[in-house]
Amino acid sequence: MTLPAPTADQIWVWIKDWLVFHTPAPFQPLASILCIVAAIIVVFASLFALTVLLERKGLGRMQNRYGPNRVGPFGILQPIADAVKSLTKEDIVPRSADHVVHYLAPLVLVAASFLAYAVLPIGRNMTAVNLDAGVLFFFAIGSATELAVFMAGWSSRNKYSLLGAMRAIAQMVSYEIPLILSSIAVVMIAGTLSTSAIVDEQARYTHGIAHWFVFTPWGLAGFILFMIAATAETNRSPFDLPEGESEIIAGYFIEYSGFKFALFFLAEYIEMFAVSGLGITLFLGGWSSPVSFLAWIPSWIWFFGKLLALICCFIWVRGTLPRLRMDQLMNFAWKFMLPMTLFVILSAGVWRFLPATIAGSGALGAVVRWLVCAFIVLLPYVTLARALESGRKIEKREYRFAE
Amino acid sequence: MRTTLPFLILAVLTLAGGVAAMTLRRLVHCALCLTVAFAGLAALYLNLGAEFAGLAQLLVYVGAIAILIVFAILLTRGGDDKAEPSFSPAGAAGVVLAAAVFAVLGWAIVTSGILHQAANPAAPPAPMRSIGLALMQRYVLPLEVIALMLTAAMIGAVILALREKRPQPEQDQRSAQ
Amino acid sequence: MNPLAACLLVSALLFAIGLAGALTRRSAILVLAGIELMLNAANLNFIGFWRFGPHPEELTGIIFVIFAIAVAAAEAAVGLALILAIYRHARTSDVSEITEMKG
Repeated sequence: MTLPAPTADQIWVWIKDWLVFHTPAPFQPLASILCIVAAIIVVFASLFALTVLLERKGLGRMQNRYGPNRVGPFGILQPIADAVKSLTKEDIVPRSADHVVHYLAPLVLVAASFLAYAVLPIGRNMTAVNLDAGVLFFFAIGSATELAVFMAGWSSRNKYSLLGAMRAIAQMVSYEIPLILSSIAVVMIAGTLSTSAIVDEQARYTHGIAHWFVFTPWGLAGFILFMIAATAETNRSPFDLPEGESEIIAGYFIEYSGFKFALFFLAEYIEMFAVSGLGITLFLGGWSSPVSFLAWIPSWIWFFGKLLALICCFIWVRGTLPRLRMDQLMNFAWKFMLPMTLFVILSAGVWRFLPATIAGSGALGAVVRWLVCAFIVLLPYVTLARALESGRKIEKREYRFAE
Repeated sequence: MRTTLPFLILAVLTLAGGVAAMTLRRLVHCALCLTVAFAGLAALYLNLGAEFAGLAQLLVYVGAIAILIVFAILLTRGGDDKAEPSFSPAGAAGVVLAAAVFAVLGWAIVTSGILHQAANPAAPPAPMRSIGLALMQRYVLPLEVIALMLTAAMIGAVILALREKRPQPEQDQRSAQ
Repeated sequence: MNPLAACLLVSALLFAIGLAGALTRRSAILVLAGIELMLNAANLNFIGFWRFGPHPEELTGIIFVIFAIAVAAAEAAVGLALILAIYRHARTSDVSEITEMKG
């Protein structure tokens, strides 16, 4: 076996092959798996550290303050200080807690969050497990996190943690439906559940522009709905009621301290990266470049660039929007998100069966198809928004306790 | 082809989860162990090459049914400790009956002679595309019926779980206190 | 051991466990859980027969399991809604205490 010469695009694949090539033959499958797992854990854990710093700095700027600026130059060593602090803190377990479940909950949560990366194509030929049912695997593994949240909330024997867990589960179950339905539109058009095949489908170019699904009307609407549902699914602001610190202190992980608390924190961000990565894979063309003349930039740089851009959007949204109320949250999921995702699926179906070009009319066919599909999404959006708005009266609220 | 070690490990895990789910005292523990059994079964399906069925099992059972059961336990105050009598004549009869059922099934399997028969060559894992085509062509009518049934079940569950209009006397007493 | 026989034995054992639980436990929720276990045992049989049967390309076993999972989901939803309704009425989910049909 000889190794092909490394290129910038395939450098990581080449390094992995080189490492596996130099291990004894019986251990080669094991070495291959270990390489991939270690790479995923190291890369995304350091991305976690980077994001925490970015978030604290960015939020600080948005709120007219400095953010962390004491550890290292401009505070860039803050994540290390945080890690040392959480590792050396005392691990407190409530006396009446259910010790086994209390111990297992963060482990299950972190393991399930990391497992989701198995099917994400983070570069050309860089999918850890190329499953035939990749998208289904992602959602199946994601559903295990709900149970971990329940385990954490129930085992702590604290009313706040139980309330937080119930809120979190109700929210995650409700928003999982729009999340899955909006990805069904992509699965329908791509005709496959495999994540790498979906990216391959989008990495084609006509007139130098990629076939990303976000460039179609249903894809754009689906992407927006997907990202809203993803925000709710990962309990990010403005959907962070499960851990609303002004009402139920910290939600389901209130009774966790030290390293276990850090694990919850880590899992939350890891989930956010994973679901953003799925959004990139489904709608933003995965590792492909948007225009063909930029295709020389290595595929993994494109993926992580898109991921960072989405993370910045998450931070921006967190710094901008106030937290929702529970009834607003549920109404939004069931009365707005669910019907809209159904219309997105309808629009994608129409897109599939309308001809892309009408003979002899140039670009007219494509424009007509674009307009028809955009209309199918826009009309219910306007109608739904009007209908939901009509029954609502905006009046001065009276506060009984706080003036 | 013989029974493989992963299959045995997963089978033991599934059965242990099932036994724990049916014997533990606390209802929430039972529900969590039941989830282990469901997840073990999903892994067994994956081990047998049924990728789609395994992932669907994980999505539906761990993601939905386990959550439903846990919610039902908390809503019926089953999370509190309640001492259940450890032995009762009816319970013993149930165990004996179940053992008898297992004995009959096991006897049927052993006497059928497949224990030492060479297995058919393992099937190639089913590609997702062929499952989709089968669902959309040959089994499209059952699929539609299932869709209708799920809708009916959803409406039925919502109506059943709706709070009754008439306030119950017990609740009145509680609110008066 | 023949892998199909192993499948069938595991499934039979799981069925017996589910049956024992459904017959002996007094909490209605656990009775439902026992029934779910029995359904799952049957599903394992289908997968085993599909995998080691003479016509794996027919996919009948997998399709049946998919339908069975959908039916089980509906059954769990309706069953738990019933348990909630009964609990609201009788203030218990213990099947041996729910003895009156008059309400």
